[in-house]
Amino acid sequence: MATRSTGDVVTATGVRRGFGDTVVLDGVDLTIGSGEVVALLGGSGSGKTTLLRILAGLDRDATGDWQVHGSLAVVFQEHRLLPWKRVADNVALGVTGPDVRDRTAAALAEVGLAGRERAWPAELSGGQSQRVAVARALLREPDLLLLDEPFGALDALTRLRMQALFGRLRAEHGFAALLVTHDVEEALLLADRALVLADGRVVDDIAVPLAHPRAPDDPGFGALRRHLLDRLGVPAAA
Amino acid sequence: MTELATRPPAATARRTARPAVRANRWRWRRLTTPVVLVALWETSSRMGVLPEEKLPAISDVLLAGWRLAEDGRLVEHLLDSLTRAGVGLAIGVGLALVLGSIAGLLRVGDDLVDPPVQMARMLPHLALVPLLIIWVGIGESLKITLVALGVFFPMYFNLYAGIRDIDERLVEAARTCGLGALARIRHVVLPGTLPSLFLGLRLATGAAWLSLVVGETVATHSGIGFLMMEAREFSQTNVVLVGLFVYALLGLLSDLILRVVERKTLTWRRGLQAT
Repeated sequence: MATRSTGDVVTATGVRRGFGDTVVLDGVDLTIGSGEVVALLGGSGSGKTTLLRILAGLDRDATGDWQVHGSLAVVFQEHRLLPWKRVADNVALGVTGPDVRDRTAAALAEVGLAGRERAWPAELSGGQSQRVAVARALLREPDLLLLDEPFGALDALTRLRMQALFGRLRAEHGFAALLVTHDVEEALLLADRALVLADGRVVDDIAVPLAHPRAPDDPGFGALRRHLLDRLGVPAAA
Repeated sequence: MTELATRPPAATARRTARPAVRANRWRWRRLTTPVVLVALWETSSRMGVLPEEKLPAISDVLLAGWRLAEDGRLVEHLLDSLTRAGVGLAIGVGLALVLGSIAGLLRVGDDLVDPPVQMARMLPHLALVPLLIIWVGIGESLKITLVALGVFFPMYFNLYAGIRDIDERLVEAARTCGLGALARIRHVVLPGTLPSLFLGLRLATGAAWLSLVVGETVATHSGIGFLMMEAREFSQTNVVLVGLFVYALLGLLSDLILRVVERKTLTWRRGLQAT
């Protein structure tokens, strides 16, 4: 236990959050190890995003104990780029130093947008904007990346490409990540561990012991998928 | 039926291409009516249809303007008017920026500042002239106060609405990028408010000229308004019209300058319009 706790980037116990009379999180416990990718699944309104926002420091009304050890960066469902800053200035927002320009160029190259430093966000497609948002997170070299349905607003093809990109970046940088998603397949493709959130608690916590790179037709994928869908209350097709 | 369903995109594409061409080719038509009206005005004045004391020929007006410009009186009065407008504008805009920021950025400020401003807005500021004469007299301070009051409200409300309309999600994103409160104001709030600020400034400038016109009709010894009031006493209708033209030109010019500055400042919006 002691060896693990030093390596954990997130330790949270008994996290509670209500909105009015509705209790959204009712004592959530969560640990994320260093370099571990954890998918957080749940139906809409199950509090996935609420938990992510709490960890990101964007929710001041939550109670309980939680701590993020190390630096963190967030990728939201929408790209949230500042429309009045060029791509490079968005990526480097809030970062100073003599090598920022080079690091920005490197981060943009990593997401496949080399040379687009001078573009305005309005000139980019949805997928490109989301890539910039990923580059903005990467530049911060985070120990923990929080992703709130980051590919949910993209079309199916772009989503597949972004998932592959995420896999590559993760292998290269070794950041830990909390991936909030409602897509069971996405969770199984990208995560080391999948959590299911329901009724304000983590009701399931399963390891995903598949080798990378993964594909939905890998052996074992189907069984995990069926198990998670079952926990999410989606009955298996007859 | 399916063919119909596939057609509209092509049709809209053609429709967007055509008006641009048409707009350019027929643009001169928009000049027709003004030119005809001016020509009608000039000829009917020359032929004596319009009595000279009611409406002198436009050439008369231009000539009177030229003479006034030549002997330096026009410039002198113009500078006095511009000074009043400038000082009033500076005071009104400054006050609006301070109070608008307090009300827009701080919850306490919103509770304390916004209600009285909302109430004061209901008073038409030009109706305050009698009261203002009692408070500040009939001198320069009356004109400047009127201008400042006229400027304050459009500026304040646009700034306040601009700050309120900023996408909270962008502020959050900036926060997760490690930006503190001041940096968030600099990188998110200020640039996000700029479009509203420019709109406010353009409305405020319009209000400044309007207030100036009213202010300069009250016991004045200089300024374009004075020029007009004095000319009226001597039945120099052409000089009255010169004054009107100058006011119109001032409004037009100030708006043009602001629009150019706005376009230069908000370059990022051009990308937005292109897509």
